[in-house]
Amino acid sequence: MKRSDIKSVMLIGAGPIVIGQGCEFDYSGCQAIKALKGEGYRVILVNPNPATIMTDPEMADATYIEPISLEYLTAIIEKERPDALLPTLGGQTALNAAMDLARNGVLEKYNVEMIGANADAIDKAEDRNRFKEAMIKLGLDLPRSKSAHSMEEAIQVRNEIGSWPVIIRPGFTLGGTGGGIAHNEDEFAAIVRRGLDASLNTEVLIEESLIGWKEYEMEVMRDKAGNAVIVCSIENLDPMGVHTGDSITVAPIQTLTDREYQAMRDDSIAVLKEIGIETGGSNVQWAVHPETGRRIIIEMNPRVSRSSALASKATGFPIAKIAALLAVGYTLDELRNDITRETPSCFEPALDYVVVKVPRFTFEKFPMAEKKLGTQMKSVGEAMAIGRTFKEAYRKALRSLEVSNPLDLHDISSFDPWFKREIAEMDAFEKYLKSFGSLKAIPTDVFAQAKTMGFGDKEIGKLFEISEVDVRTYRYELGIHPSFGAVDTCAGEFKAITPYYYSTNACREEGVGCRGRCTKEDSIPASKKKIMILGGGPNRIGQGIEFDYCCCQAAFALKKRGFEVIMVNSNPETVSTDYDTSDKLYFEPLTLEDVMEIYEREKADGVIVQFGGQTPLNLAMKLKAAGANVIGTSPEDIDLAEDRDFFKRLVEEVGINEPPSGIAHSVEDAVKIAEEIGYPVLVRPSFVLGGRGMAIVYKEKYLRSFVEEAVKVAEGKPILIDKFLEHAIELDVDVVSDGETTVVGAILEHIEPAGCHSGDSASVTPPISLSEKIIDEVRAYAHEFAKRLNVCGLMNLQLAVKDNELWMIEVNPRASRTVPFVAKAIGEPLPGIAARCMAGEKLKDIGFTEEKKLTYSCVKEAVFPFAKFPGVDITLTPEMKSTGEVMAIHDSEHIAYVKSQIAAGSPLPLKGSVFLAIRDEDKKEAVKYAKELDKLGFTIYATRGTSTALWNEGVKSRAIYRVSEGRPNALDLIRSRTVSWIVNTNEYGAQAAVDDIRIRSSAVVAGIPVTTTLAGFESAVQGLAEENAAKLYQVVSLQERNLASR
Amino acid sequence: MTALIEKWQKEREKKAFLALEDGTIFHGVAFGYLKDAVGEVVFNTGMAGYQEILTDPSYAGQFVTLTYPEIGNYGVNEEDVESRSLFLNGLVIHDLTEPSNYRSTMSLDEYLKKAKKPGIYGVDTRALTIHLRDHGNMKAYLHVEGQGQGEEISEDEAVRRAKAWEGLDGQDYAAKVTCSESYEFHHSSLNTHTSTLPLVVAYDFGVKTNILRNLTEFARVTVVPAKTSAAEVLAMKPDGVFLSNGPADPAAVTYAIENIKALLGKVPMMGICLGHQLLSIASGAKTGRLKFGHHGCNHPVKNLKTGAVEITSQNHNFAVLPETVPECLEVTHINLNDGSIEGVRHKEYPAFSVQYHPESCPGPHDSKYLFDQFKEMISK
Repeated sequence: MKRSDIKSVMLIGAGPIVIGQGCEFDYSGCQAIKALKGEGYRVILVNPNPATIMTDPEMADATYIEPISLEYLTAIIEKERPDALLPTLGGQTALNAAMDLARNGVLEKYNVEMIGANADAIDKAEDRNRFKEAMIKLGLDLPRSKSAHSMEEAIQVRNEIGSWPVIIRPGFTLGGTGGGIAHNEDEFAAIVRRGLDASLNTEVLIEESLIGWKEYEMEVMRDKAGNAVIVCSIENLDPMGVHTGDSITVAPIQTLTDREYQAMRDDSIAVLKEIGIETGGSNVQWAVHPETGRRIIIEMNPRVSRSSALASKATGFPIAKIAALLAVGYTLDELRNDITRETPSCFEPALDYVVVKVPRFTFEKFPMAEKKLGTQMKSVGEAMAIGRTFKEAYRKALRSLEVSNPLDLHDISSFDPWFKREIAEMDAFEKYLKSFGSLKAIPTDVFAQAKTMGFGDKEIGKLFEISEVDVRTYRYELGIHPSFGAVDTCAGEFKAITPYYYSTNACREEGVGCRGRCTKEDSIPASKKKIMILGGGPNRIGQGIEFDYCCCQAAFALKKRGFEVIMVNSNPETVSTDYDTSDKLYFEPLTLEDVMEIYEREKADGVIVQFGGQTPLNLAMKLKAAGANVIGTSPEDIDLAEDRDFFKRLVEEVGINEPPSGIAHSVEDAVKIAEEIGYPVLVRPSFVLGGRGMAIVYKEKYLRSFVEEAVKVAEGKPILIDKFLEHAIELDVDVVSDGETTVVGAILEHIEPAGCHSGDSASVTPPISLSEKIIDEVRAYAHEFAKRLNVCGLMNLQLAVKDNELWMIEVNPRASRTVPFVAKAIGEPLPGIAARCMAGEKLKDIGFTEEKKLTYSCVKEAVFPFAKFPGVDITLTPEMKSTGEVMAIHDSEHIAYVKSQIAAGSPLPLKGSVFLAIRDEDKKEAVKYAKELDKLGFTIYATRGTSTALWNEGVKSRAIYRVSEGRPNALDLIRSRTVSWIVNTNEYGAQAAVDDIRIRSSAVVAGIPVTTTLAGFESAVQGLAEENAAKLYQVVSLQERNLASR
Repeated sequence: MTALIEKWQKEREKKAFLALEDGTIFHGVAFGYLKDAVGEVVFNTGMAGYQEILTDPSYAGQFVTLTYPEIGNYGVNEEDVESRSLFLNGLVIHDLTEPSNYRSTMSLDEYLKKAKKPGIYGVDTRALTIHLRDHGNMKAYLHVEGQGQGEEISEDEAVRRAKAWEGLDGQDYAAKVTCSESYEFHHSSLNTHTSTLPLVVAYDFGVKTNILRNLTEFARVTVVPAKTSAAEVLAMKPDGVFLSNGPADPAAVTYAIENIKALLGKVPMMGICLGHQLLSIASGAKTGRLKFGHHGCNHPVKNLKTGAVEITSQNHNFAVLPETVPECLEVTHINLNDGSIEGVRHKEYPAFSVQYHPESCPGPHDSKYLFDQFKEMISK
């Protein structure tokens, strides 16, 4: 029964998206909030990530866009006085934060009960020694291992284990940060040092290597009555040694007998009981020796995890929702299964399909990072696919990734023979198909069989060098179409109510496809108008949760307006693929083939492509050509904005400046153009996502080497060269238009000067340094471009201000990465409004005709994955590198900035020592801020050049060698943690000096904040100067702000 | 690669179809032993455990459709057998794969060939399952085209043969699958000869080996044929009598019902599945057919005494009808999916039974405590 002694529950989100903690926790948090609110509890949420759906003001009762730190959480608890804290739905971040609150006596002081998992159970699961003890008590087999707290201790443990390789895992971190596999003493020393640094409790576990063993995961739910169920079992294709987040995984387990599976099930449930997880979901990981069957427990996560999100999507069992309800006192048998509505949640889902998840990597963004999979997670996103066979699911998953060599990093030879054989059969079948010589020579039943194996039209076309459209046309002639199966939790045993579907070609009825055959039960003709929304597919740098936010908002808004909303997406981490976000969910790859089959089956009235990022946009023209009604700004207009010549003309007509530019097809071209327009220049390949292959170049020498590289990336497409506006202020403007009226959502001023990718730059709204005249001009241009591009929906403009003059950089008539931030800042559901316009409503009817005036300042800061890639340069460039973002709101823009740094995980010190390494052109400005720091009592260390500049202005500082000059140098300061802040600006365009890279990357690993721009330095100093504790830790909920601003 | 292409080409010629009595036809590819067969089609939603299902005598007379689509993955081994043979009439699956598992000694295809049982793969098993869910279990005829018995028949003829088959209702299949004479069951890893252990006489109506394994943990076990009389059993001076699972219709096993009546009150009894139905009938209840039965490893059952929920392994088409439960029986367990009766206890005599399979194999081990309960009952 539900607990009536608690009235309010506080939930901690996972904060910004980082590697190892993606948008799956937005999904779990949303489910939990909805469930708890539905039960009448007051829900208090803390999460500084503005791109999450969970932080939308209508979700929780009180939403705090505040940093997840002890100080802020304490302030919120003091203000809100929640009865309970549910720490298990916000990933490791929430768990660590909750433990911090418990350890510091905050929960006790304010009488807050930890529900879901108590502090002792969390500690028992996370503390290596206690966990090991508990597992030994249960009689489970463990790898030989021991933890160490110092290098000496580590070496001793290694000697006891006696065999290479050994695995090193730091305690209390995210996604395995700092861990690794050591094959020899040198590697061992390096990894142990890194691990001890990354661990919050300076602890590493050193253990016998299980590399090559089969790896399994069990998702377990348990209630207070002791009832337990396995929601999903998962088998990793990549064996032990590759982080499960980086592994290709399959559900359910494929290569264990029932006897082996049931023994693992018993033990998994016993683990939860022994650890003391009274209610909720946990993930238990196992290794099985491929030849002997010896089974070893690896670990358990006492919380909802990335795998739980996958398990929920794979089975239809809403783990996070049920976990939240169990935490407030329900038992599993008291809760209904949402999918069938007839049966209880106390059951184990039966799958009659196969689910495959594949990770997506972004090594191309970090050329210096080691391109090898290991125990440290490196992937930034994932795609999931459902098929009736492993082959079909696997191929669908691979095509969902949208990369050309998805298997590059996986060592197929290390897979279990079952998977190897399946993959080999697909390869052989490809050759078999090819052996027929041409598409039309393939016998119909063989063609149909290719479809049953999951071969996409595009892949088949590739074999004969013909287009996907040609194959599609031929397939239609043959009448081969997929059928659709429902994810129903019960393998067809009961009727499913919630429509959650996947396509399959694997039904071989009559030798060809059998449209409508599989699932007669579920194609309900709708009386409503149907609108399809295409999601963004797997997360990647440049296309992530922000676009999912837009898709979800659009779904909510259109559902409310009486449309039947059909969501299509392949990303299991998202809220958009939650079965109750839209009316119907299709878990499918975002390709022409897959999308059109759904469109035609559903007889949809329209499809929205502008919210899911580049993935659906790339499909827009093809969908239109295939007969789909693309609503909103037309695909032609979207394309036109990307067309350089058209855009140039448009800019001229509107009468705004555009940086001079040229198009180069060779290195010589590029050099010539650069000489004409003058250095510095911005160089980039055309048609890129997230600024891939972009750079600012100051000198011919660098231009030559860069263009050579860019030509490779561009694959034959031309290279664009623009005059770079040095020291300009960049602006991001998001607007919504219904085709007649256009309203500016917000104007964002970047804190870093132009040149750093807009997705990586900190920015602030309302703008802080622009004149009213310039802002008026920006507005006028926004209206003009919206009109000329016939925008219906969202549009993003990027402009630059230099010497009080506006320059046009880019216009994109679609949702941008900044839309969720803007929506939060102004308290209006911008994508929802845009979706309504696209479906035919007018802004004046919606009641959104005026730009909002803010009385407070909102700062967005980006969060980077550098700690995962040791040795990588952390300088911000036109190539986007951030994985996530945070938001900070305050009446003072400077305090908001300081707060944003806390939220981003690199809080600036209030006192202590700072190390300054400033490039010559910034020195004059920097000295002013250094003076302020001196006044605030900071001890200043500086490189010799910077130090001299400071002395000249009368600021005391200690000169320190650069890394290569001798010792003690900057690295020594970092390692000894003598400095608590580093300000290091280096020259644009230059191959970043090796010294600088080493300084910054060691600082990131050591967790010392690094400021790399003068603008950032300025904001920080002003924020610190103005700051006082009372103001900094002031907390205001989104709901309070929105009320105040209305 | 050539071998694979040959396999694919051969596959195109090994056509087979399953004709349901209502005229629905499901096409696929023949495997296992190539022959025609007739039987009742049921489905099982367990995701692993096909070897245990194949060797479970309760499936005698039936075609088992496995809803999980990838079958054969872990091959078959020598340990995971639940009886001396394969009793089902045929296996219907979606995809047949080659094995990979450290215990595997044979592929599923070879296993069926050896046991002379036919199989059909490439069937849209989801469509078949939904059809059975909506229309109930059905009689069916499996025809292997061009091979097998060498006789070519049309789809219509196959449907006719399915219809003409006598079916399972009113059929005593226990008599067909029971052992021919009594024997002592020994578990290889346990010493059951100790005469200090109590004696359990187990009626074999189609008993699964893992039941016997569980019983040998606390008793000497003598297995007797289904038709062994109560007097013969009592003459063995048992400390407890066990009523096993088994195929088909409990109402047809009239002799067992009489024997149980004679044993009730004289010796503690435990029943599983068919044994549960027989004990209930002997106590005055009636059984009836469920629309499509319970066949899977994920059914939640609530123990009404403790309130705890067990995830159970189930395989039955018949069930005790709630409205017929006599005064002398107490319902101890119910199915949370459909509220059907899953367990009863006799109020006057030491006897209890469950509809599901606490011995699992395949399935979860949540209900193993029932054997402890029996152990306590017989040691009183």
